[in-house]
Amino acid sequence: MMTSVNNAEMAGSDSAMIELRKLNKWYGDFHVLRDIDLTVRKGERIVICGPSGSGKSTMIRCINRLEEHQQGDIIINGREMTNDLKDIEQVRMEVGMVFQHFNLFPHLTVLENCTLAPIWVRKQPRKEAEAIAMQYLERVRIPDQADKYPGQLSGGQQQRVAIARSLCMNPQVMLFDEPTSALDPEMIKEVLDVMVELANEGMTMLCVTHEMGFAKTVADRVIFMDEGQIVEENEPESFFNNPQSERTKLFLSQILQH
Amino acid sequence: MQEKHTMPAPARHYFWNDPDKRALVFQIIVTVAILGLAFVVVENTLSNLEKRGITTGFDFLSQESGFGIIQSLVEYDETHSFGKTFIVGLLNTILVSVLGIILATVVGFLVGVGRLSNNWLVARVCGAYVEIFRNIPLLLQILFWYFAVLRTLPSPRQSLDLYDTFFLNIRGLYIPAPIFQEGAIWIGVALLLAIASVWVIKRWAEQRQLASGKTFPVFYTAAVIVIGLPLLAWFMTGQPVHWEVPALKGFNFRGGYAVIPELCALLIALTLYTASYIAENVRSGIEAVNKGQTEAAFALGLPKSRTMQLVIIPQAMRVIIPPLASQYMNLIKNSSLATAVGYPDLVAVFAGTTLNQTGQAVEIILITMSVYLLMSLLVSLLMNMFNKKMALAER
Repeated sequence: MMTSVNNAEMAGSDSAMIELRKLNKWYGDFHVLRDIDLTVRKGERIVICGPSGSGKSTMIRCINRLEEHQQGDIIINGREMTNDLKDIEQVRMEVGMVFQHFNLFPHLTVLENCTLAPIWVRKQPRKEAEAIAMQYLERVRIPDQADKYPGQLSGGQQQRVAIARSLCMNPQVMLFDEPTSALDPEMIKEVLDVMVELANEGMTMLCVTHEMGFAKTVADRVIFMDEGQIVEENEPESFFNNPQSERTKLFLSQILQH
Repeated sequence: MQEKHTMPAPARHYFWNDPDKRALVFQIIVTVAILGLAFVVVENTLSNLEKRGITTGFDFLSQESGFGIIQSLVEYDETHSFGKTFIVGLLNTILVSVLGIILATVVGFLVGVGRLSNNWLVARVCGAYVEIFRNIPLLLQILFWYFAVLRTLPSPRQSLDLYDTFFLNIRGLYIPAPIFQEGAIWIGVALLLAIASVWVIKRWAEQRQLASGKTFPVFYTAAVIVIGLPLLAWFMTGQPVHWEVPALKGFNFRGGYAVIPELCALLIALTLYTASYIAENVRSGIEAVNKGQTEAAFALGLPKSRTMQLVIIPQAMRVIIPPLASQYMNLIKNSSLATAVGYPDLVAVFAGTTLNQTGQAVEIILITMSVYLLMSLLVSLLMNMFNKKMALAER
């Protein structure tokens, strides 16, 4: 029984938000991404999993040019990623990113964290930027912490601020790089709840995570990577119940065991 | 039958087992010891001075000094008192320290940031600079600039000159001096007015950004106003400021300001030496900021320069400031190496010449040491205030 769907064919090129074509990347001699082909449609929610060192993070970091690829094309919302600084900045404005270690700016308050880029990059008036930031802080349920500094918040709160900070730029796509891996177990849920809400609102999302429950509830597709390649991609139901490759089966048996 | 565990009967409580009382006892012992030692030192010094018939006291400060000083910021000649000598030396020390601190900070920041540049050549040149100037003794560097560079300059008649306005020769650097005539006050007024209007414009630009998001080129406008207004005033009041250009009269230059080679050598050496340390502080401060900060800023679409200005530098400052304070203090203290080339700083004219002439060693050394201590404490105080302002709010 073959349930895997070739999404690249299915997606009309006009609705493609992100397209990776034959993406290759090396760290010195180490071939970290091998011929990655991936098309993400607008509104699609994708979960990427795989063992550590398999290139998951590197792949999504290529999408907003935090890492440079050596071969292949990256096309975001019809704009090809080149070496042009203006192109890169434009793409970064439209692609939000949430990091494993939050990376909030410790010298700025929560509100200032959220308004920094809208003011300096989008040239929004401060009052307007602050009003928008407060809306997003309410959505991630921490408006009361707006005047505190990141160091005064818990990990879960910091990660929710980080999500709000990205949303303030009104991005088309959100990239999540292991957003819950650095959190205490009881804080994981509060962050996942926010992410599920975001997914339900139709945000295009690429999420590197090992939260399989999250993958089952919100993902349209789950992608399994190993040794720099996409080994398997499928809708969550089939992915978890009927994995095709041996490598995927082994991985799932290891992470679902306990 | 199982043995019952019971606490042993409470022992007697001795007061030396109480950490608070124990601490108090130790502090009393240490205080008494220090006071005792101080008493012995003072007592011993006084009795020795008495035996040798040296009078103590600060009366010598009002005696006539009888020697001249090659550089003085205030009116001074050999008929003035030793007290005035002290003032002259102190001002000379402050002059070279303040200039040195400003220049070393500028050079240090440039080199420190340059060392992290992606430009291979810039990074290497800055790296080489730091390694060379940090690893050669300061005294040697002062002697190098004085004897190997400035002492080999030509005589006044063969001066190196720039547009016949600036002259450099073995006797020093000669630069034009402004001569203020009637009406020159208006230029000062114009300058104050310009600064005030820049402040108003800055406020207005902030308000406008708040309301509409439009930014205003405050920096360039400010530059035009601050330079333009005084210039306009200068023309309108009939050009009341003239420049007195130094000119060769006989064997030497007259007119303008003369910067003596001793000051030049000391200033160059102190600046370059301290800047190499400051550069390293700046570099380590920037490198201490987590790489994730740059990535987060980039991911939000901030360009590299804004990332540096808004995210990296503010965080690097809290790492840079504390060692920067010690570099400033080092520079002030190192300025006492002035003696080596004969720059008339506090140590040279007061702890040197004045001490030799009066023999009041205890008083003079005490005063000199207190002055350096006070200056260092002042720097420390200012930098701590600055540091507090930059510190991060934590939990």
